[in-house]
Amino acid sequence: MKKRVPLLITFITGFIVIVSFFVPHRPFGALETETLIWYSIILGFTLLIGVDSLVRLHTRQIRRKKKGWWYSIVFFAGFFYCLTIGIISLIRTPNPFQPGTVFFYGYETILIPLQSTMFALLAFFVASASYRAFRARNLDATLLLITAVIVMIGRVPAGHKLWTRLPGIANWVFDVLQMGPMRGIMIGVALGAVAMSLRLILGIERTYLS
Amino acid sequence: MNGNKKNFWDLINSISREIIYTILGIVVIIPLLIGIKEEVQISPAVEAAYKTIESLDSTDVVIVSIDYDPSSMPELQPMLKAILRHTFENNIKVIMMAFLPLGLPVGTEGLEEVAREYEKVYGEDYINLGYRPGDRAVMIDMGKEIRNFFRTDVNDIPLDSYPMMRDIHNYNDIALIIGLEHGRVGEFWIQYVGSRYNQRIVLGVTGVMAAETYPYLQSGQIEGLIGGLKGAAEYETLIKKPGFGLTGMAAQSWAHIAIVMFIIIGNIGYFMTRRKQGRL
Repeated sequence: MKKRVPLLITFITGFIVIVSFFVPHRPFGALETETLIWYSIILGFTLLIGVDSLVRLHTRQIRRKKKGWWYSIVFFAGFFYCLTIGIISLIRTPNPFQPGTVFFYGYETILIPLQSTMFALLAFFVASASYRAFRARNLDATLLLITAVIVMIGRVPAGHKLWTRLPGIANWVFDVLQMGPMRGIMIGVALGAVAMSLRLILGIERTYLS
Repeated sequence: MNGNKKNFWDLINSISREIIYTILGIVVIIPLLIGIKEEVQISPAVEAAYKTIESLDSTDVVIVSIDYDPSSMPELQPMLKAILRHTFENNIKVIMMAFLPLGLPVGTEGLEEVAREYEKVYGEDYINLGYRPGDRAVMIDMGKEIRNFFRTDVNDIPLDSYPMMRDIHNYNDIALIIGLEHGRVGEFWIQYVGSRYNQRIVLGVTGVMAAETYPYLQSGQIEGLIGGLKGAAEYETLIKKPGFGLTGMAAQSWAHIAIVMFIIIGNIGYFMTRRKQGRL
């Protein structure tokens, strides 16, 4: 029973979604709409599970005084800050994300700079890693290095100033050289997804139940 | 003399990360502070995106999907503003929505700023539907009725109370979807909406995603592709409204040169050290 019910739900849902793709009329169209709304609602609840998991993890970190436990205090500070101003904003306005709300102020002055900074740090790591790792050790590495340099310079205005044909060569790398392998990977991934979906719908793949 | 030379090659073979970070920081900050605007060459992918939007009528409605958050803002926000300027300039109506909760405020900010510039009226010329979880489910069902998932707009006001939304129900009433992406949602637009509902799509993606999105452009599944900050700068050039895209390109240009220089220096040091060791 514990396994049969989830398997049955998966089969029925998968069947409805696949059939309604080809026959979007009654009753499949309406059933699909209903299924998709349910999916969206359940997805909302998974956010709560995520919050629960995070809170438990960081509580454990603090309680056991694990290495870097005080980062967990930073987590709780951010968590309660967002929760409090989120609720206050939600009471005051239907849309807390509207510019001018307390929530938006926190979002604009804390979250945007923090997220942007985290992402911007990548540029420094890329520069340092490129200098250390991009060495022409063999033919493969040399080819990769030359292509990377062409694309890096060809995709910025300096490339055009250096040699007017460089941007064209960089575009050719994108349009031709990388296209074949990329397409092959994408088709492979898609076929794998189809196979996995069928295994799930037919109940052959059951690892998600454990 | 020989000993000095050895020390020199060793030195350039092991430049400390602090020096690399400092040089990179300088080459990025100076162009941004001075506000240099670099000229960019227009690529066929961005030109295709521009022409697709340019071909739309003033009676047409487009959906702009904000599928990025502040981490990708430097690349995608200039793109959003340039696209909105183009659509509002041509009096095309805009529906904004978001599949990332943290992307919604960024999109809202951009939309309100450009709408103010063009004196557009909320509910008549543009509308903000807000965020909904369950991207694929929302996409598929919007093909039947937008109200199945968006009964109200971002301010909790029923869609039917807005003049521009009265005759808009599904993708049949939408001329084009413009997805601004930093993740997989762009692929979902193509797979679930483009293929199933035959919907026209243009994507704006981060620089690192451009390579994997190109096959969709070549196969005709999307009608245009704007890639990274360069794509944003190209779009600003096409609409003749220079913005942060073009300013940022100067910083990016110098940063790329610095990285390539580091790669070259690193390789020279590597080969000279190996030669000294008799391994070459």
